[in-house]
Amino acid sequence: MADTNSKQPKSSSRREFLKNSGIALGGLVVGGVLGGSLFGSKKAEVEKVVEKSVNYNQALMFFNQEQFQLTEAACERIFPQDEHGPGAKELGVAFYIDHQLASPWGINAKDYMTGPFYPGEPTQGMQTSLKRAEIFTLGLQGLADYSKKKYNKRFTDLTEAEQDETLKVFEAGKEYQLAGTSTTGFFSLLRSMTIEGVYADPMYGGNKDMQGWKMRNYPGNQMSFAKDIEKDEFMKIEPKSLHDHMGH
Amino acid sequence: MSKKLPKVPVVIVGMGWAGGIIASELTKAGVKVVGLERGKGRSTSDYYMAHDELRYALRYEMMQDLSKETVTFRNNEKMRALPMRTYGSFLLGDGLGGAGSHWNGQYGRFLPYDFEIRSKTIERYGEKKIPKGMTIQDWGITYDELEPYFDKYEKMAGISGEAEQNPMVGKRSNPFPTPPMKVTPGMKMFMDAAKKLNYHPYIIPSANLSEMYKNPDGIERAACQYCAFCERFGCEYGAKADPVVTVIPVAEKTGNLDLRTHSNVTKILHDGKKATGVVYVNTITGEEIEQPADLVVMTSYVLNNVRLLLTSKLGKPYDPASGKGVIGKNYAYQVNSGKAVGFFDDKEFNTFMGAGALGAEISDFNGDNFDHSNLNFLHGAGIRFTQTGARPIATNPVPKGTPSWGKDFKQQSLKYANSTLTLASQGASLPWQHHYLDLDPTYKDAYGTPLLRITFDWEDQDRELNKYLAERAGEIMKEMNPTKMEVSKEMKSYNITPYQSTHNTGGVIMGADPSTSAVNSYLQMWDAENVFVVGASAFAHNGGYNPTATVGALSYRAAEGILKYIKQGGSLV
Ligand SMILES: Cc1cc2nc3c(=O)[nH]c(=O)nc-3n(C[C@H](O)[C@H](O)[C@H](O)COP(=O)(O)OP(=O)(O)OC[C@H]3O[C@@H](n4cnc5c(N)ncnc54)[C@H](O)[C@@H]3O)c2cc1C
Ligand code: SF4
Repeated sequence: MADTNSKQPKSSSRREFLKNSGIALGGLVVGGVLGGSLFGSKKAEVEKVVEKSVNYNQALMFFNQEQFQLTEAACERIFPQDEHGPGAKELGVAFYIDHQLASPWGINAKDYMTGPFYPGEPTQGMQTSLKRAEIFTLGLQGLADYSKKKYNKRFTDLTEAEQDETLKVFEAGKEYQLAGTSTTGFFSLLRSMTIEGVYADPMYGGNKDMQGWKMRNYPGNQMSFAKDIEKDEFMKIEPKSLHDHMGH
Repeated sequence: MSKKLPKVPVVIVGMGWAGGIIASELTKAGVKVVGLERGKGRSTSDYYMAHDELRYALRYEMMQDLSKETVTFRNNEKMRALPMRTYGSFLLGDGLGGAGSHWNGQYGRFLPYDFEIRSKTIERYGEKKIPKGMTIQDWGITYDELEPYFDKYEKMAGISGEAEQNPMVGKRSNPFPTPPMKVTPGMKMFMDAAKKLNYHPYIIPSANLSEMYKNPDGIERAACQYCAFCERFGCEYGAKADPVVTVIPVAEKTGNLDLRTHSNVTKILHDGKKATGVVYVNTITGEEIEQPADLVVMTSYVLNNVRLLLTSKLGKPYDPASGKGVIGKNYAYQVNSGKAVGFFDDKEFNTFMGAGALGAEISDFNGDNFDHSNLNFLHGAGIRFTQTGARPIATNPVPKGTPSWGKDFKQQSLKYANSTLTLASQGASLPWQHHYLDLDPTYKDAYGTPLLRITFDWEDQDRELNKYLAERAGEIMKEMNPTKMEVSKEMKSYNITPYQSTHNTGGVIMGADPSTSAVNSYLQMWDAENVFVVGASAFAHNGGYNPTATVGALSYRAAEGILKYIKQGGSLV
């Protein structure tokens, strides 16, 4: 079955691919891969820039220092470092979360945020007037307050087991209440943003050096799997990020 | 005051699949057409950074901006409807190509049974089989009548599928224009298991091209690269059939299409008998513009087709108490929560590779392909294994009992990241008198127009169907020999939060009788002969397949009707 389809492009390089494709209607270009910008000779320059070891992405757009440390500690419990590889902290997830909360998504820019607001039934989904950035801030304050009250310590000074217990309380949403929002709403943001930060393209600030992807043999952004899609054996492919796509 | 433009022969509202097909057919026939699209223009060069799971799949880069417009939802009339504030259950298209730019491309013609569901059900089981309140009705067209239009869509899009006729689906007049997609190990395991159980598996027909293809309009497109960033993403290769790389360039090349993006239609103008044009807002300048036209084609997706008719007071609004009236009637969705998940401890699959429409399916339990005499539901579902590309943020299957975070979650989710296969059912959704669409009394869009209100819930029909199909999927999964498997068949209330499918249907349904349907078999409005309302809004119920094959066929049929109407006028039936 392997290569009976001679009409498939043979090479997965973009240039080769283009030679084989002819994506046009009587001269009218409909395929973006033909765009001139894709042939820029910038590749070498881009590579020079990343050789520098300073990561300018690692600074804060939204959190203060305490919020950042709290987030770093909490997301490490969601996705901890272990024998399989790094945890959320090392992967830069707290930077990812910071950047997301500062983004249009953090202020629900593309959500319907017009009133009147009513609590609604669970089947009706999110109905709060609070923005994600606000919910997260309130949740972090809640983590700080709860740790102080229950353990008389800062969340970041709790043992891992105590941190886990605290997060379980927030996940369940019964024992401890927040004014204006719920601990469960905060927790589900924390959980989903942690997973995003582990696996989103490294350009967003997490998934440092694609280590999130490497842990699960995920190859990231590849141009084509046409040659391999039928294969029985599992393919371990060196991952590529969107950065690798620049200059193509 | 709105600016009034000179009158044009035809104005099309919405430039997705339906609008694109109609624009191309009319302009090729020499008709001058204005195409109004509320969103921006698009081309494949926009997809330079397309392989970005966060931006496209989780932040909905290509979808309608809900801050401007959404729907409201309640399960029943006793509840207060509230806005869908953030995305969940379905994702609405916006911009040139509509949802046709970020669909999967899974292609399945509805069954002959679907088009005559009421007659055929009564014929086989008697009228009592149809429960009280279930408003299934025939579509006013048969499969055989629609067959040539399916064929037309397939040739335009280059649908890839098996040469052999599958015994469970409607007869084809021609083979698919391109061979089927490639077969992955997971697909093979599913098909082998299904064959062992004497079912009739086939490779899902696909609008992701299996090989380079030149269509009858002279459009040439490249083959699919199985890149795994397909549904919710645009295809940088132009391999996925999308209006922007198929029908719209054909219409533009004729010189007869006046395409206006950033043009949000707010009203259909009419004199009580016929439409006289539309009003739209230029969303860049804020200017309100009146576009008079001899003929209005509504292709603004199911939800806005209904909403614009209601806000423009065109056609008789549906009344759920009496079951009379038609606009908003028979809203339906898709029953697809039946699943069998297999965990394979000692196998790894390349499931991170894939294509939007890559997979295999059986139709043995779809439509009326099996005996319902002793079952307490009608219709059925396709059972399928699809390999659309398991991306890491959204795909973290873990066996039941695993916590959703922490050490165990990390360990299990890494372990099973490439060792899980899922069979899912995609089932029919049948209409009820109390499921409908109307205008929300409270919430408005950015232009001050009321939002559409959805009143919808799952019924026992859906729960029984789902359970039965999930059990069948479980039997097939068992044959595939997983280490562990889990079958999910429970269905509570319809919830608008989790993504299910963008297969909303009904509201402007077709039929043979003006008192029970809104449009005839050419999708021409009974109440306004120069208005054609095209899309899955015409479905009298939703079948057990993805909708676009049938939307495409109906669009070609409507285009033919429009050309006829331009020549002869009057009602076409
Ligand atoms: C993620 C996803 C995956 C899908 N996968 C499949 C699949 O595999 N198989 C399948 O069969 N179907 C699939 N679908 C469904 C498919 O996309 C739709 O059936 C199809 O696009 C419907 O065509 P349409 O022309 O009716 O609507 P659309 O393609 O959505 O086009 C409607 C257009 O109208 C415009 N519009 C709306 N309101 C206005 C207004 N007031 N003024 C001006 N313009 C307006 C919109 O912006 C849009 O461009 C999928 C959908 C999604 C979202
Ligand atoms: S999977 Fe195929 S059709 Fe889909 S986006 Fe990738 S190349 Fe295009």
